[in-house]
Amino acid sequence: MTAALRFDPIRLPEKCEQLRKEVRAFLAEEIAAGTFDPHKPNREDTDAPEFSRRVGAKGWLGMTWPKKYGGQERSFLERYVVTEEMRVANAPTRRFFVADRQSGPVLLKYAPEHIKMDILPRICRGEICFAIGMSEPNSGSDLFAAKTRATRTDGGYLINGTKIWTSSAHIADYMIAIFRTSPPTKENRRHGLTQFLVKMKQPGIKVNPIGQITGQYEFNEVVFTDHFIPDDHVLGEVDGAWKQATSELAYERSGPERFLETYYVLTELVRAVGPNPDTRSAEGIGRLVAQLHTMRRMSVSVAGMLEAGKEPVVEASIVKDIGTVWEQQLPHRVRDLAAFVEETASNRETLERQLDFAIKTAPKLTIQGGTTEVLRGIIARGLGLR
Amino acid sequence: MAESDNIVVETAEKIFADLADPQTINNDRKDSWQAPLWRALSEAGLPLSWVPDDLGGSGASLADGFALLNAAGRFAVAVPLAETMLAGWLLAQARISSPEGEMTVLPASPKDRISVDTDGALSGRARGVPFAKTAKHFAVLAHGRDGVSIALVDAARARIEAGLNVGYDHSDTVTLDKVQPITIKPAPNGFDQTILMLMGGVARSLQIAGALESMLDISVRYSNERVAFEKKISKFQAVQHNLARLAGESAAALAAATSAADAIANARSFNDEVYLEAASAKIRCAEAAEKGGGIAHQVHGAIGFTMEHILHRYSLRALAWRDDFGSESYWAVELGKLVTNRGADELWPLVASR
Repeated sequence: MTAALRFDPIRLPEKCEQLRKEVRAFLAEEIAAGTFDPHKPNREDTDAPEFSRRVGAKGWLGMTWPKKYGGQERSFLERYVVTEEMRVANAPTRRFFVADRQSGPVLLKYAPEHIKMDILPRICRGEICFAIGMSEPNSGSDLFAAKTRATRTDGGYLINGTKIWTSSAHIADYMIAIFRTSPPTKENRRHGLTQFLVKMKQPGIKVNPIGQITGQYEFNEVVFTDHFIPDDHVLGEVDGAWKQATSELAYERSGPERFLETYYVLTELVRAVGPNPDTRSAEGIGRLVAQLHTMRRMSVSVAGMLEAGKEPVVEASIVKDIGTVWEQQLPHRVRDLAAFVEETASNRETLERQLDFAIKTAPKLTIQGGTTEVLRGIIARGLGLR
Repeated sequence: MAESDNIVVETAEKIFADLADPQTINNDRKDSWQAPLWRALSEAGLPLSWVPDDLGGSGASLADGFALLNAAGRFAVAVPLAETMLAGWLLAQARISSPEGEMTVLPASPKDRISVDTDGALSGRARGVPFAKTAKHFAVLAHGRDGVSIALVDAARARIEAGLNVGYDHSDTVTLDKVQPITIKPAPNGFDQTILMLMGGVARSLQIAGALESMLDISVRYSNERVAFEKKISKFQAVQHNLARLAGESAAALAAATSAADAIANARSFNDEVYLEAASAKIRCAEAAEKGGGIAHQVHGAIGFTMEHILHRYSLRALAWRDDFGSESYWAVELGKLVTNRGADELWPLVASR
């Protein structure tokens, strides 16, 4: 039988609910203090280093990691709760989000001990920001076509080439990137790429902002010219980055950020519709909530699998496929229903402003972090079709 | 197929595999497989899974019974197993013993009402009652001056207009005209027709999810066998992506249905959180039945459109099950009202409640 896909119903343990209360209280304080506006979703504009440090001080960064690296040794389910509460509140997480979700776990697995001791505690304190260097001008979804070279030199490597669409590179302290150390082989076109830890803001690295259709400058071109990386910054096996990519994907692809990116328009629609909805609004909202609830339960279930030490790559890809298509369509469905909202609704302007931003954001959601097409290819492989 | 992790499901799967093989029963134009299957299920105590021992049942847990319904969906069994289970469960709410034989529940739609008069006689009409035509008894939820009652009724006392749903299973209109029940007792405090509909809806959701698992399975298998343009159609990216979407719909249906089942099995009451789970399951599973079933047919091409092929046993039943105990559009309206009544700032706390 092919259908071994299971999404067991995980119940979040009691300690998660206690934590949720703490996170909500913390966010309420931050909102009251004017750190951010929960009704203003374009938090990507907002770099909030002080907020990042305060989240770190709470012990909510690197919370699943070993204590000796500054972590809390808490569960993936607890991390899940923190992530979803931050996301729903539109908190400015950009500075720490990538490091906490993705870069830290890669370092934990592949970095030498002295680098772990140096960097991981700083991530946990919310002091440093990470970027991910994957795409290049001529390789996007086709990751293994990357051409940026890492050439052997005394004590390390010289990097030459260009990474592109690199979110946060303009504020990042570090990047985890893949560079070409050898040509691909006939037998394995994925061979020859190596994962590196790159220290940003160094000679030989130029970051050029790229304007996005939302009006923001949140991703970048990163040009490397004879940039030196020491040997101990190689992460894992030389020429073997392709073996290391898969486990990262399960973390990257199943989290609440994969269906909550435009959630704010649904909240605002419910507010605008008020307590006595007409049938059309009620049905529209009911369906959206049922779809949202289902995705969240799937996503929580994947968090449970990660907690159990599994690598649910196919399940995570399903969550991201369904979740990103949904969050992409959500602003348009809300717009359909908002057309019938009373002119007098007190939050009408807020809703319209949010829709304007969400509709512009929507196209990227099924592209970033693995396109819909790539995800469906992974699912198809899991089904035994390729 | 999901591995069985409990004895109830193992027993059922063995019986289904022996006596309800989809290809075998699809070839049997006289439905002569139905009686032996029902006999085997009854001997194993499965139709009365949710009835305590002292009321004539086998006293399985709610969770085991839900898992059994999911397995039944994977075989798309066309006997009133789910209906008899629900009927036994409803009767047990009022401590009424279950008789032997096939049963069903009424009403089976949130819009129908059965009333009970002061003499305890039942009147009213229930549409779309699954397997009413072949049932020996009905478990009835009725409204009277003193509130909600639960009754056991001899099916021979009702007028039945037979009909078929889109899956070719009985879906009948039952009219009760001052019918004296065999037994009638007050429902427990707080128990109402909404709870019956939510329970029935979750049962149907699990069946739909099971049918989708099987549709994914046979579609993947077929795509790995069928050759067109000199290669297996599974090698075409367009087909692969369609099947990936079917896997997503199947996974979403299973996640929604098993989550709702788990919520009910562990709930102290049918509060807003359980309502969200159960209503969402019916809405999302019904949507998946349409989208997923459509893909399964597209992958199969013309052969899947024939009576000879087993696909329709799953695809049409999954579509038919959408209609029972409230359609997805009905539940969407109700859930939408619940959400807007609670208010915008109470939506996320509801969604994140477990």
